[in-house]
Amino acid sequence: MKNTKLKFIKSFILFCILQFAICILYGTDVYAVNANRTVLPNGLTVLHSENHNLPIVMVTLIVKAGQVNEPAEKAGLANLTAELLSEGTKTRTSKVISEETDFIGASLDASAGSDYTTITLSVLKKDVNKGFDLCSDILLDPSFPAEEIDRKKDIIKGSLKLREEEPSFLAERAFRKEIFGEHPYGRLVEGSVETIDAIQRDDLIRFHKYYFLPNNSILSVVGDLTQEELIVLLEKYLGGWKPGELLPRVAKKSEGSKTRKVIKIEKDLTQANIMLGNPGIGRDNPDYYAVTVMNYILGGGGFSSRLMQTVREKMGLAYDVHSFFAAYKETGSFQAGVQTKNESANAAIDEILKQIEKMKKEEVSEQELSEAKAYLTGSFPRRLDTNRKISDFLASIEFYNLGLNYDRKYIEYINSVTKEDVLRVAGKYLDPENGVLVVVADQKKAQLKY
Amino acid sequence: MKNSYARAFLFLLIFLLPGSLSASEVKEYKLGNGLKVIIVEEHKAPVATFQVWYRVGAKDEPAGKSGISHLLEHMMFKGTPKYGPSVLSKIVQKNGGTDNAHTTKDYTAYFEILPSDRITLPIELEADRMRNLTLGPDETVSERRVVMEERRLRYEDDPQNSLFEEVVAAAYKAHPYQRPVIGWMSEIKSIDKEDLTSYYKTRYSPENAVIIVVGDVNADDMMKHIKSHFEIPSGGMKKSITSDEPEQKGERRITLRREAELPFIIIAYHTPSFPHEDSYALDVLNLVLSGGKSTRLYQSLVYEKKIALGASADYSGFNKDPFLFFFFATAAPGKEVKDVEDALYSEIEKIKTEPPAEREILKAKNQIEAAFIMEQDSIYMQAMKYGLFEMLGDWRLIDKYLEGIRKVTPEDVMRVAKKYLTEDNRTAGILIPTKGQNSK
Repeated sequence: MKNTKLKFIKSFILFCILQFAICILYGTDVYAVNANRTVLPNGLTVLHSENHNLPIVMVTLIVKAGQVNEPAEKAGLANLTAELLSEGTKTRTSKVISEETDFIGASLDASAGSDYTTITLSVLKKDVNKGFDLCSDILLDPSFPAEEIDRKKDIIKGSLKLREEEPSFLAERAFRKEIFGEHPYGRLVEGSVETIDAIQRDDLIRFHKYYFLPNNSILSVVGDLTQEELIVLLEKYLGGWKPGELLPRVAKKSEGSKTRKVIKIEKDLTQANIMLGNPGIGRDNPDYYAVTVMNYILGGGGFSSRLMQTVREKMGLAYDVHSFFAAYKETGSFQAGVQTKNESANAAIDEILKQIEKMKKEEVSEQELSEAKAYLTGSFPRRLDTNRKISDFLASIEFYNLGLNYDRKYIEYINSVTKEDVLRVAGKYLDPENGVLVVVADQKKAQLKY
Repeated sequence: MKNSYARAFLFLLIFLLPGSLSASEVKEYKLGNGLKVIIVEEHKAPVATFQVWYRVGAKDEPAGKSGISHLLEHMMFKGTPKYGPSVLSKIVQKNGGTDNAHTTKDYTAYFEILPSDRITLPIELEADRMRNLTLGPDETVSERRVVMEERRLRYEDDPQNSLFEEVVAAAYKAHPYQRPVIGWMSEIKSIDKEDLTSYYKTRYSPENAVIIVVGDVNADDMMKHIKSHFEIPSGGMKKSITSDEPEQKGERRITLRREAELPFIIIAYHTPSFPHEDSYALDVLNLVLSGGKSTRLYQSLVYEKKIALGASADYSGFNKDPFLFFFFATAAPGKEVKDVEDALYSEIEKIKTEPPAEREILKAKNQIEAAFIMEQDSIYMQAMKYGLFEMLGDWRLIDKYLEGIRKVTPEDVMRVAKKYLTEDNRTAGILIPTKGQNSK
């Protein structure tokens, strides 16, 4: 045991390229999350931050494969793969996995998103061995039993049907389809009944084999665990994880809506569920920060935002009104959303469009700009105030290549945004006139003029 | 001020993970006007939360005015003569913080979370809105409309939530838990400025409130700030309305027919609340039935029988008065809701006739303890827990709660199942989709 440990420490030293600290500059205080970044011999990037004030360990494992990696006719493949990880391995049945996890009061979840798949583990320190054991088992050795595949497919298809009860789901589904067109982002992560049915067991095995590789993954571990303890766990539970050749990743073109499109969906509702927007930006677009500031002022800043101040506070038209930029790896979208009684649908849409137009035409005030910046930079400590948040944060900055000094860069980027930048990006990325408007409502009552 | 004292908070150290868990020290104070203050210094991250909890919720509402507690919560963001509408939220946000509030059956809580070097900012404004709230007629009309939209969003257009509201209303005929916290639409509409003013005057006063602070703060400094702003006169507190629900003597059944995709069932049983001696076993029963995918309801209805998309139980004893033990299940496409209901009853019968295995009990206890520790990762969740237990009487009850849980035996679980999960004590509600029922 001692020997393997030493051997592993050696590899750690060899490959321990960088150590960094996420320092959140706040007034005179500096808040630092110290984290180690290491690339193991098998290519796995490991991020580790020690925090001993609670006997808990949080793990976030990102596998760089998601919706973007699946073919259109098998949409939902990444999601089904993730969902089946904990439904049987070479040595454990579905029931055994959930029994062992529940028994220690841990949570172990796997889910696929647009760009990547995430496995998260939350476990008490005293059970960390069992937690890593379970986590590595579902990661490395899922067996995709035929019976479990059928069962899971039925549950996913049933859930899709159930979600049709939600007007926001119907709006979102139609909106994505128009904005992203044939790009994978235009589909549901779950896929559709037809594409789920088209997925075979071999597809799942292959998806797992080609993508679930250490050199395609990021492991973030935060909490009551020393580096030595982590090394032992990695050796024991992930020591056998072999790298493989990565499939070339070809970014797909997004050919979504370029002209104005209005979609009306009829449903027996008291409220119109409205979503409007246009294609947006990818996460690596240098305008991301100016867009973040601009959107905060428009509809991202809660009660401070213009949409909230007008549509809710002045007009009393809605409980919730907001806008946001979803910025994925390859591209993204801008959307504004509101729910208002059917009869006020036109009034709410008018006001949102008016506010967007104003954003595009006039400079924001000095006060709005400085308040937006103050919030965005000042809220950083809250983004990192739990072990779970730190773990997820470290994994995601690694995934998006945000750099080891992202803390300082983020604050610099936000602080350097000018009124001119805000006006420029509003002009460039807000284009609902040529975008998509989806309204799920009792259409007779809504009487849309659009 | 007159009565301030502090006491160490030791239960976690003693009962949970000896040696490895740093105990948080809870400091408790009381001002001369009756306002209670609880401060927990937690220095793991440079953030803190400031919360004001009022012992008033939907159960205290006058007849015909359901939703007034919640509407008043909304109005609290409309400001005072000194600080106008949304000023508090704006100050908090531009300092990197967030604020919000929520209303329940029993209490109303307001909170701010900020970088800890700015946590004193909301103190003056919270004190100000405790007594000087602007309740203008125009703002009332506008915010009433906002709340009506909120009700449409959460209930009117959500079939499963609508059923929940119907089941709770049917389960009670006397106790105010009958009413939804958001209020019935027609009653929200009827709440005016005068209603709000009198409710506010008699409910929002220092002796009816508790301040909770958790985070990277210095308790003495915080107290200086709190005292300098909250030394406000106590108000003419109105006595709480109390009402006992008469014993239910026979099953109640309701149906809700409306546009929906899948049939859905809720079954509710009257049960006592914490710290009633049976509440601990009910908590464990809840987890034995549905504490994760390995437990009975999921394994039976979803996994083995494949008749439900989801099946769960829900019990929380953290209410002022006796509330309900719920079962929820959504029928899988093509399956009969009758079969789902029968499968729930057969699981209920099973646990009434045979005590659960020791391992099931231990698993449930492990889950409760792990959740207690995990929650401490968040200062917000910690503060919520102190606040919640204060609303039930005293934050020290946390200690009693964990002790009670540890003592639960398999026989206790069987006994409370037998005692409360009876046909005469239940209200069953079924959502029947009126369109495309069970079609694929």
